[in-house]
Amino acid sequence: MSPASPASTEFWSVADTARRIAAGEITATQIIEAMLARIQKIDGELGAFLAVDGDGARAVAAELDSQRAANVPQGPLAGVPIALKDVLVTRGLATTAASKILRGWIPPYDAHVVEKLRAAGAIVIGKVNCDEFAMGSSTENSAYQPTRNPWDPSRVPGGSSGGSSAAVAAGLCAASLGTDTGGSIRQPAAFCGVVGMKPTYGRVSRWGVVAFASSLDQVGPLTRSVADAALVLETIAGFDPRDSTSLDAPVPRFTGALTGDVRGLRIGLPQEYFEAMDDEIRAALVRTASALVERGAELVDLSMPHTKLALPAYYLVAPAEASSNLARFDGVRYGQRVEAPDLLDMYGKTRDAGFGPEVKRRIMLGTYALRSGYYDAYYKKAQQVRTLIKRDFDRAFQYCDVLLTPTTPTPAFPFGAKANPVDMYLADVFTLSCNLAGLPGISVPCGLTAGGLPIGAQLLGRPLDEVTLLRAGAVIEAAVGLGDRRPAGIGGIT
Amino acid sequence: MTEGKRPSAGEGPRDSLARGNPSGVSVSREIAAMLEVWEPVIGLEVHVQLATRSKIFSPSAIEFGAPPNSLTDPLVLGLPGTLPVFNQAALALALKLGIATSSQIRAKSRFARKHYFYPDLPKGYQISQFDEPLCENGHLDVIIGGGLKRVKLQRIHLEEDAGKTTHVGVSSHVDLNRAGVPLVEVVTAPEIGSVEEAGEFLRSLHRLVRWLEISEGDMEKGQLRCDANVSVRLRGEDRLGTRTELKNINSFRFVENAIASEIARQIRILEAGGRITRETRLWDAERGQSQSMRSKEEANDYRYFPDPDLPPLVVDGAIMGSILQSLPELPSVRFDRYQRAFGISPTEARTLVSERALADFFDAAVAAHPNETGGKMIANWVLSELLGALRASGTPIARSPMQPAMLSELVKLIESGTISGKLGKEIFEESFRTGEAPAAILERSGRSQISDTATLWEIINRIVAANPKQAEAYTVGGKDGLFGFFVGQVMKETQGRANPVITSDLLHKRLGR
Amino acid sequence: MPALTRKEVEEIALLARLALEPEELERMQHELGVILEHFGALAAVDTADVPAMTHAVPMDLRLRPDAVQPSLPADLALGGVPRREGDLIVVPSSIAPPGRGDTGSGS
Repeated sequence: MSPASPASTEFWSVADTARRIAAGEITATQIIEAMLARIQKIDGELGAFLAVDGDGARAVAAELDSQRAANVPQGPLAGVPIALKDVLVTRGLATTAASKILRGWIPPYDAHVVEKLRAAGAIVIGKVNCDEFAMGSSTENSAYQPTRNPWDPSRVPGGSSGGSSAAVAAGLCAASLGTDTGGSIRQPAAFCGVVGMKPTYGRVSRWGVVAFASSLDQVGPLTRSVADAALVLETIAGFDPRDSTSLDAPVPRFTGALTGDVRGLRIGLPQEYFEAMDDEIRAALVRTASALVERGAELVDLSMPHTKLALPAYYLVAPAEASSNLARFDGVRYGQRVEAPDLLDMYGKTRDAGFGPEVKRRIMLGTYALRSGYYDAYYKKAQQVRTLIKRDFDRAFQYCDVLLTPTTPTPAFPFGAKANPVDMYLADVFTLSCNLAGLPGISVPCGLTAGGLPIGAQLLGRPLDEVTLLRAGAVIEAAVGLGDRRPAGIGGIT
Repeated sequence: MTEGKRPSAGEGPRDSLARGNPSGVSVSREIAAMLEVWEPVIGLEVHVQLATRSKIFSPSAIEFGAPPNSLTDPLVLGLPGTLPVFNQAALALALKLGIATSSQIRAKSRFARKHYFYPDLPKGYQISQFDEPLCENGHLDVIIGGGLKRVKLQRIHLEEDAGKTTHVGVSSHVDLNRAGVPLVEVVTAPEIGSVEEAGEFLRSLHRLVRWLEISEGDMEKGQLRCDANVSVRLRGEDRLGTRTELKNINSFRFVENAIASEIARQIRILEAGGRITRETRLWDAERGQSQSMRSKEEANDYRYFPDPDLPPLVVDGAIMGSILQSLPELPSVRFDRYQRAFGISPTEARTLVSERALADFFDAAVAAHPNETGGKMIANWVLSELLGALRASGTPIARSPMQPAMLSELVKLIESGTISGKLGKEIFEESFRTGEAPAAILERSGRSQISDTATLWEIINRIVAANPKQAEAYTVGGKDGLFGFFVGQVMKETQGRANPVITSDLLHKRLGR
Repeated sequence: MPALTRKEVEEIALLARLALEPEELERMQHELGVILEHFGALAAVDTADVPAMTHAVPMDLRLRPDAVQPSLPADLALGGVPRREGDLIVVPSSIAPPGRGDTGSGS
């Protein structure tokens, strides 16, 4: 585990990169060139990127540099290279959602979050890998390539935002935007030793996010520090009239949240989240909790009795909504088409060839759950259970300000380890409830296993209370985080 | 006023069907006999395109006949990542219809996704409303049989339109311009009992949506589309028979033909001992018959669920209040009022309310009139002279050169005896042609009616004095026909301006009988 | 919850427009059965009087003013269409599903 050399820019934080470019210490072009070179060197093995937009990135960097030279005021993220999960729609840049069915699709518009990043001066360096249509917990479901965990290339980076977490951990971008439907930002963040945050539902616009489960999806940052997560979130959050589920709520200055002060913070420990997990993870969480108590926080034991229902509820609601959202992929107007003389055959063959097995499984499951005759027992029931889960949280937040749990029950697992779909679903058990309840959550690295694999601590908060999560997360990071440690499995700096 | 072929009150369905109706359904005695035994039960589902500027969930423009696929945006195309945002004008127009039909308006209604695969349905689902629609349990008062009949509505809900698919050989061509246009779907209770009532319902709905400026309702442009659910049962039976759904009815004429044909088809099957298959049938206007739509896929399971991209639609008192204030007096209400207030016949009232602009013109003319009794005469003038002139010149009422106040003025001139009805017609023609006020025209022409007794007496005296032989022949000789001669002379002398009633009176006096 | 029959799996595949190969159908039948079995827990939960949560955060539908924005030029809109005839999208023909006449939205 060699420390990053001061000369290498690739592990600079978002804040540092922006600051140094603004101060004229380095140009955007230099930043981008270094990043592109590193991607070139490492990503062959890592497999994080589906598309690298070298030309586009260079052009924007050149423009920014000439503007800076002319003293034209620049945005707060000017020159910062960002990688985007390939479910975020980018104008003129291929967007595939890691699926064959969208191979070759060049969108005519930008997602809202992409517009916001560009307006802030950030540079989209490329699109990163994920599970197909964000369905999965390991990125193994990508139709294009596997992505490896930079800490241990025989293991998965997590999913579905595995390309994001791997790229951030390996210094192939300053930050990445992922999406989180059942834990797809937080779990890969935990597996790759980076920070991953899912904001409150509605905090960030879903316009331009390829929909998986509409009532659960949220865009969020994956970064190497909590401060960076705050900065990126501040940039992308806010009301968007193009999204009817977008909250018209003021965006706090998230970057001002990192006071380092957790005195009097009541931290809830829901017993249901501490029952079954690896011993090393349990130990790391205990250390984390102690560190918080040492700094003045209080621990509160509590119970959230409906926790176990989160898994079945999620795996009915999410596939149902997904089966609906994916009905538009029919080969008629965009994407791949398998021609046939008969329309029914064209649909059937196009979708059978274009979707991978996990996606097909979820479409089938979702279609089943919505069938008349089954709707009440499955989808509607699951939505009712969601209310029960939300009520558990409401009750819990009467006694505490944040909840602390492990992000995952195990560290990153090897490729092929979870071949049984249900085993894969169980990997999400700690992260699902938060999406069902629409609450914000963050995963912060809190240690390494003896085998050198990252462990993540998860904080869950009240609606719209990202600031408390960031505040407490930064304290955890300072106390028990990974410090300067970098993955050496792939791309270790020498 | 011509009566037209309207059934009189108390006539049964057999009679109306047997008599035929204006749409030209030829009905045999066989069918008339069938209808003694069998009762048709009809429910209508009408889709009405709302006259908004932009689409229901996307800001793309709406334009009939635009070049193919020129009115799309990422949302209309169903591109990944796009999201719907609801157009407030669609709500306002739908609410207008809901309130005008006395529907219960749901304070919180929901949009639902209705799933099926078809090339002009870009998302693979249609955003519609399912078990929480905007409006329920309203009614539409239909003018039929010289009176109003109340047809109950089950619901009115909002939904988006699909694009257009045309079959060209072994392929289909898809144009998405129409995809996303706002629609309301109006569903009647399955209680319509005759072909004629169905036709009248459609006409009434057509008139109402135009009246409220909700839609142009042009069936040829697809702005109003009707599907019919048809079943039959033995008269006296409570249970509904198996129904079929009739589609592709795109004109008023077709509605009645298609439904009548389907009723006959079903009765024949049942009388032969067969059973009705629950199916959808497409009306083929050229062949005058319907075809079953056989399809490879199973009966539809639309897998409705509340659209997670659209929170519940809340209608509050403020919105309702402003819509209520903006509602004009409805056609059925005016139909009643005109008869009561002006003593006109149901047929006349019906014509007056056939179009809002016409009813508004009439109301304006009456409002400009100084007395209460002029209404009936104004109605007559509107229904005969005005409508005639508009039709002959191909002018819509909204562009009538003659304004309501002018018509009122003309009627006042006649009522006061200043001009004769005959002169009134001449003045009307000129006023309609030039847009000049009748009083001004009259003054210029110097042809106002002479009603002054002294003036007329003087003229009559001169004429009688100048025609002694005829005077004697009439007064003494009993030649009644000569009265007309003297009237004619007075008219000639006054260039037709002599008030005929007073002239006649005075002549009788002068001539002694 | 009962295991799925082969017929049900075929019906669902048809509804979802997935032309699954026979081996896929069989695998799917097995996998879906296993997954559904795990959801047995939900059936036992008492949810009487519990409202369904269709939206994570309670909000009312926002209304948009009826203003027109420019449409996409046809070439951009149709840029990804696999088969075109001028500015029309071309697909193989088929009889409309029972819910649709050729004239548009049906119920």
